[in-house]
Amino acid sequence: MRNWKLITMPFDKENPITVQVLGICSCLAVTAQLKPALVMAVSVTVVVALANLIISIMRKSIPPRIRIIVQLVVVSTLVVLVDLFLKAFVYDVSKQLSVFVGLIITNCIVMGRLEAFAMTNPPLPSLCDGIGNGLGYGIILVALGTVRELFGSGTLLGYPVMEKIGAYNIGYENNGLMIMPPMALILVGLIIWLQRSRKG
Amino acid sequence: MQEIVNIFVKSIFIDNMIFAFFLGMCSYLAVSKTVKTSAGLGIAVTFVLLVTVPINWLLNKYVLSPGALAWISPSLANVDLSFLSLIMFIAVIAAIVQIVEMTIERFSPTLYYALGIFLPLIAVNCAVMGGSLFMQERGYSSIGEVLAFALGSGIGWFLAIVAIAAIREKLRYSHIPPALQGVGITFIITGLMGLAFMSFMGIKI
Repeated sequence: MRNWKLITMPFDKENPITVQVLGICSCLAVTAQLKPALVMAVSVTVVVALANLIISIMRKSIPPRIRIIVQLVVVSTLVVLVDLFLKAFVYDVSKQLSVFVGLIITNCIVMGRLEAFAMTNPPLPSLCDGIGNGLGYGIILVALGTVRELFGSGTLLGYPVMEKIGAYNIGYENNGLMIMPPMALILVGLIIWLQRSRKG
Repeated sequence: MQEIVNIFVKSIFIDNMIFAFFLGMCSYLAVSKTVKTSAGLGIAVTFVLLVTVPINWLLNKYVLSPGALAWISPSLANVDLSFLSLIMFIAVIAAIVQIVEMTIERFSPTLYYALGIFLPLIAVNCAVMGGSLFMQERGYSSIGEVLAFALGSGIGWFLAIVAIAAIREKLRYSHIPPALQGVGITFIITGLMGLAFMSFMGIKI
């Protein structure tokens, strides 16, 4: 029961992006389209969950003075694995994500969860916490990716939605601003606004 | 020479770390409450970029990229170590940050205390890692270009964080809807600043 709560808490109340404000760096740049956003969300979830699990197993034998280096080594090994996996199976998306796969290493969510949770908790809750935070990050990524791709280029996962429902015939135009980088920031700002005002 | 100046200007204004690639957003949002501390962090990041990117460039050129080991012996010409680059880059960055920290502590304790916790945190700043990864991705050919890129990116980051800190100091006296205060409004303002910076696009010297 407690583990289930650890998974669902980061969806809304403890969301890593809108509440803890971690991991913004890579989140905004990959959301101009839905497909890279999905791939990025899955990659980060895998890395956070496994890193949490491994560090939590090793937590009693890591000397506190050098823990950052140990964490970085574990995380970067996992990221190299993810990077090679993406290059082998979804090469085009891996090219699109370019440096942002490598930047998962310095993603604040990963380091933040390792420091705040995995160093002091047993393996199973740590694994759940990692999955939860990865998914909480993923939700925002997918929401941003959907809005930006739908209104920016009129497609979803490459499927021409706006053309099929005939929006162009009645004078609809794609909003080019949506795929520009600054719009991602403004959208996150609006999501935070929405979330906080809903709570009152 | 012209190419170097071009890269320098481009990495400050057009390929700005924050407004075009959102790198280093975490510390950008957390530390930009006052102009003074954010200027200190900006200088530290610029310095670390200026040291780590050229070192990683040398490492990439002579050890990691495909066929780079040929200078040791021709038999190593088809060794490709590029899969190690992520681990090597982060190790170099973590080590350099540690050295920089100890040097500053030894020679200028005042600066050390002014920077405080931010110094060790630079090791996990995406802007620094991003600098190294972009350097590898774009394949700069000479050390001059790499230095111009590192210095330009650092100055771009510095300008962005000082600008947002100045705006946030003024914002304290404005009436913002309660739910939008703090992080929310900072995001939106950063977006608007990004739009303004986009007007530099296409500048070439």
